[in-house]
Amino acid sequence: MTDLFLRAVFADNLILSFFLGVCTFLAVSKRVETALGLGAAIIVILTITVPVNQLILTWLLAPGAWGWIGAGDVDLTFLRLIAFIGVIAAMVQVLEMVLDRFAPALYAALGIYLPLITVNCAILGGSLFMAERSYGFGESIVFGFGSGLGWALAIIALAAIRERLAYADMPAGLRGLGMTFIVTGLMSMAFTAFATMAAP
Amino acid sequence: MRAALKPLFDPLLRDNPVTVQILGICSALAVTTSMTTALTMSLALTAVLMASSAVISLIRHHIPAQIRLILQITIIAAMVIVADLILQAYAYAISQRLSIFVSLIVTNCIVLGRAEAFAMSNPVGASILDALGNGAGYSAILMVIAFVRELLGFGTLFGITIFPTVADGGWYQPFGFMLLAPSAFMLLGLLVWALRIWRVEQVEPAATHVDREEALS
Repeated sequence: MTDLFLRAVFADNLILSFFLGVCTFLAVSKRVETALGLGAAIIVILTITVPVNQLILTWLLAPGAWGWIGAGDVDLTFLRLIAFIGVIAAMVQVLEMVLDRFAPALYAALGIYLPLITVNCAILGGSLFMAERSYGFGESIVFGFGSGLGWALAIIALAAIRERLAYADMPAGLRGLGMTFIVTGLMSMAFTAFATMAAP
Repeated sequence: MRAALKPLFDPLLRDNPVTVQILGICSALAVTTSMTTALTMSLALTAVLMASSAVISLIRHHIPAQIRLILQITIIAAMVIVADLILQAYAYAISQRLSIFVSLIVTNCIVLGRAEAFAMSNPVGASILDALGNGAGYSAILMVIAFVRELLGFGTLFGITIFPTVADGGWYQPFGFMLLAPSAFMLLGLLVWALRIWRVEQVEPAATHVDREEALS
């Protein structure tokens, strides 16, 4: 489990080694505060949706899941994409309502990022990786939390670097997007170094 | 004639979805270690983009505004499932190498972005051209990066040896870094730089004095 967790945070980091969620990563990383908010939202949503999707995949979609009503040869795995998207959209909605009711301060802080998350590749990617690597329920909780944490770490670090980049003197063509990509590349190199940590 | 083809040619360079609009990078980079996977991914994305734009444009007058996003996502997801099943049926080995990235076309911002920004308010013909143009603009970036990564990383192009590697008795020592994730980010950064030297109007404005003050506070 620790091994899986470390891998999810560092070596198999969703942004830095699988390029998932890069659009949001580039758009919302100009300030550390906003990056923190988005990172927190991503951790929560990934920790919830990956295990929920695991349950749906095992008990509703996998071949033989309908065996108990005598329809053992029904295989609905082709529906997993639509099911996952539905679950993610629903979870985001539910989380929004729960936060609004019980933690208004947190809701106000995360507010605008929550709807954005529905179409974030990292969230859907987390669930799809879970399906492809056939994680169990426990493993999917660890994997969901770990990859969310890795994503949050990466975006907060990048935001901190970008705040400083505003002062840097660089060729005009490299300003903004170009330099951000190169910095992300350097961060990605640093994270690959952690790969040895996860696989001793 | 020129005006009619504007949606087709604009996204290639002047308004490229990846380097100018910063859309769709998520899936663009992971499949670029070889030209074959990059080409398959490009074709899959372009096909899904054209099909979903056509369908959405066709029914645009019947879509209620409140539920348009969920409807668009469902249509796109259906197209992606079809594309994924076709790949699994006719090109199984490649579909295994693409792993989850074909499914991730659903969340590719280009597809939803074009549906929302263009197909919802334009006739079918123009929407298909716009989809083809954006698909081609995305494909062009993907192919350029895949070209560099495969050529330097393996010494091959589409699996055909160009530089005989040392391991095979040739002279080329493969540049292993090109096969790791960081190289894709850096190549894209350098590509953006090169494009902006050529097309100066795309350069982002420098942070003003006010921005710096704001960043400090």
